[in-house]
Amino acid sequence: MKIFSLAVKNLVRKPVRTMVLAMIIAFLSLAVFGGSVVVLSLRSGLNSLEARLGADIILVPSEAQSKVSFQNMFLQGTTGAFYMDENVLEKALEADGVEKAAPQTFLASLKADCCSIKIQVIGIDPEQDFTVQPWISRSLSREMGDMDVAVGCKVEAEVGEIIRIYDERCKVVARLETTGTGLDTAVYCNMETMNHLLKAAEDKGVSHKIGSGDQVISAVYVKVRDGYDIDSVNSWLNGHIRKVTAVRTRNMITGVSDGLAGVSRTVTFLIAAVWVLAVVILLLSFVLIIRERSREFAVLRLIGASRRMLSGMVLLESALCGLLGGLIGVGVAALLIFPFAQLIESTLNLPYLIPDMGKILLLAAGTVLLSIAVAPLSGMMAAYRLSRIDPGTTLREGN
Amino acid sequence: MVIKAENIAKRYFRKTGRANNFFAVKPVSLDIRSGGTAVLMGRSGSGKTTLLNMLSGLLSPTEGRVLIDDRDLYSLDDKALSLLRSEKIGVVPQGRSAVDTLTVFENILLPAALYGRAQPEKEAQMWMERLNIADLRDVRPAELSGGELRRMAIVRALAHNPEVLFADEPTGDLDDENTHLVLSAFQEYAHEKNKAVFIVTHESDALGYADLVYRMEDGNLTVERQ
Ligand SMILES: Nc1ncnc2c1ncn2[C@@H]1O[C@H](COP(=O)(O)OP(=O)(O)OP(=O)(O)O)[C@@H](O)[C@H]1O
Ligand SMILES: [Mg+2]
Repeated sequence: MKIFSLAVKNLVRKPVRTMVLAMIIAFLSLAVFGGSVVVLSLRSGLNSLEARLGADIILVPSEAQSKVSFQNMFLQGTTGAFYMDENVLEKALEADGVEKAAPQTFLASLKADCCSIKIQVIGIDPEQDFTVQPWISRSLSREMGDMDVAVGCKVEAEVGEIIRIYDERCKVVARLETTGTGLDTAVYCNMETMNHLLKAAEDKGVSHKIGSGDQVISAVYVKVRDGYDIDSVNSWLNGHIRKVTAVRTRNMITGVSDGLAGVSRTVTFLIAAVWVLAVVILLLSFVLIIRERSREFAVLRLIGASRRMLSGMVLLESALCGLLGGLIGVGVAALLIFPFAQLIESTLNLPYLIPDMGKILLLAAGTVLLSIAVAPLSGMMAAYRLSRIDPGTTLREGN
Repeated sequence: MVIKAENIAKRYFRKTGRANNFFAVKPVSLDIRSGGTAVLMGRSGSGKTTLLNMLSGLLSPTEGRVLIDDRDLYSLDDKALSLLRSEKIGVVPQGRSAVDTLTVFENILLPAALYGRAQPEKEAQMWMERLNIADLRDVRPAELSGGELRRMAIVRALAHNPEVLFADEPTGDLDDENTHLVLSAFQEYAHEKNKAVFIVTHESDALGYADLVYRMEDGNLTVERQ
């Protein structure tokens, strides 16, 4: 207790020295906390993307490949407009090894008089769909009715609001949870509603008709039965359904995982570099502190302080600096990272989903603990040297 | 008797003339008794501070031993020696000896505060008044003159009621009046509280307050006046 209050006085009454040490550590804690939050956000973005895709294989018209990059389909929500006959669904369900298959139909609304917002509309079959429907169910307990739409979290429309799509009035019945992916910018409806919208779009001169069926679809999401090889099913589908390309979803998001791995590597490297730098600066500062404070420690020895008290005091002071610096670093990182999440996301062009509060608090606590530990570790040498000062000699110097 | 030194000497390894080691203090035995003031005179470099440091537990002798209440000071571990010094020995060193982050009063109380003992605020106040530094109580050491700092160190040693008080040139930067205040405070402390005071000084003024006078020459200690 007595050493504690002396240590606190030393810190408070030498504010510049204290702040310099704290700032070095704040820098470290900023890098560790900020970097980890960014990497975690990217990872949970990727997980959420994978969960939303939920499918092993996606079937799209062969021409789609030239129209849109698959990665963008899910990252930026630019699904584009491409269509195929609905019998692709039946063919897919006939294939050996296919457990589930569900269609989706894409339609882009225009920024024009007929539509209140420019948006991607995705029609799903709530009965069959196993990718988007579970997510919709989390926000909407009943099924979507005719002319009902559920909107992604980034769509500017409130529940209960009526939005016009090709002059059709659609009622917003749910706002969906954040996924951190392009799916957040889309609007979802059932297939009946989608048919209405397709017809309305056609009346406005946008054509979709393909083949003979009265319904068109844009993609079929396929889940492969356990025990079947996804690649074999994929090539079977590719060989047996004409004008359709089967793509493994894994391949669609490898670009994302590669990007994520790249960012993780960079962040890890940065954290390591900041660590090395901070520890070197800390060690140097402690060397200076030894010189500056040797007289003070000689006085303490003179009046009866034991070596243990003195090294304890150095370690305590540096731990308190670490605590202060850790808190500052985490605070500044939070101020930078959370308000600018949007900017980080668009700069990295990767799915980005800030982890839940519990994880963040845990990470913050871990960072602060690390900061508290790193200062005394760097200060150990100083603690040893200062506690072994010979008061007789030191006090005689430079009278 | 409080402190008993048995044949203590300090040898340093340093090139001086032909030899490469020399005695800063040559083997000497002495007793430091309570109830009196001893004064040690001698030329600069004769070994006075070295002897004082060895007697006060700050510097271990290369030969001999120092006993306090029959315990060998330098056979104690650091913790025990520090505690013993804190409880029984007060030292006023030769140079500046203030902790800059503390006020004068906090500096004076620090020896007790370090160990969580009751802080002798009344004694501190009394000695500060005696030595004319009471109004500097809440001032930080950086703002003090050399003589004020020296008196602060003296009060710090006196206030904790040590059995033995060592002072190394305590009046070096004091005027005549303050020199008298300090020396008579020491004398009174030794006589009225039955404690031991051991003063190193160049100044012959001190002789008037001494019960015992030692002289040091080239590491040799002799008793000059009994
Ligand atoms: N650590 C050391 N290493 C080598 N020589 C030392 C050391 N400390 C002191 N000396 C030498 O020992 C001798 C005695 O020094 P000491 O400090 O005891 O003198 P002093 O009598 O107190 O002098 P002053 O009156 O100037 O304070 C000096 O010659 C000094 O140079
Ligand atoms: Mg000296």
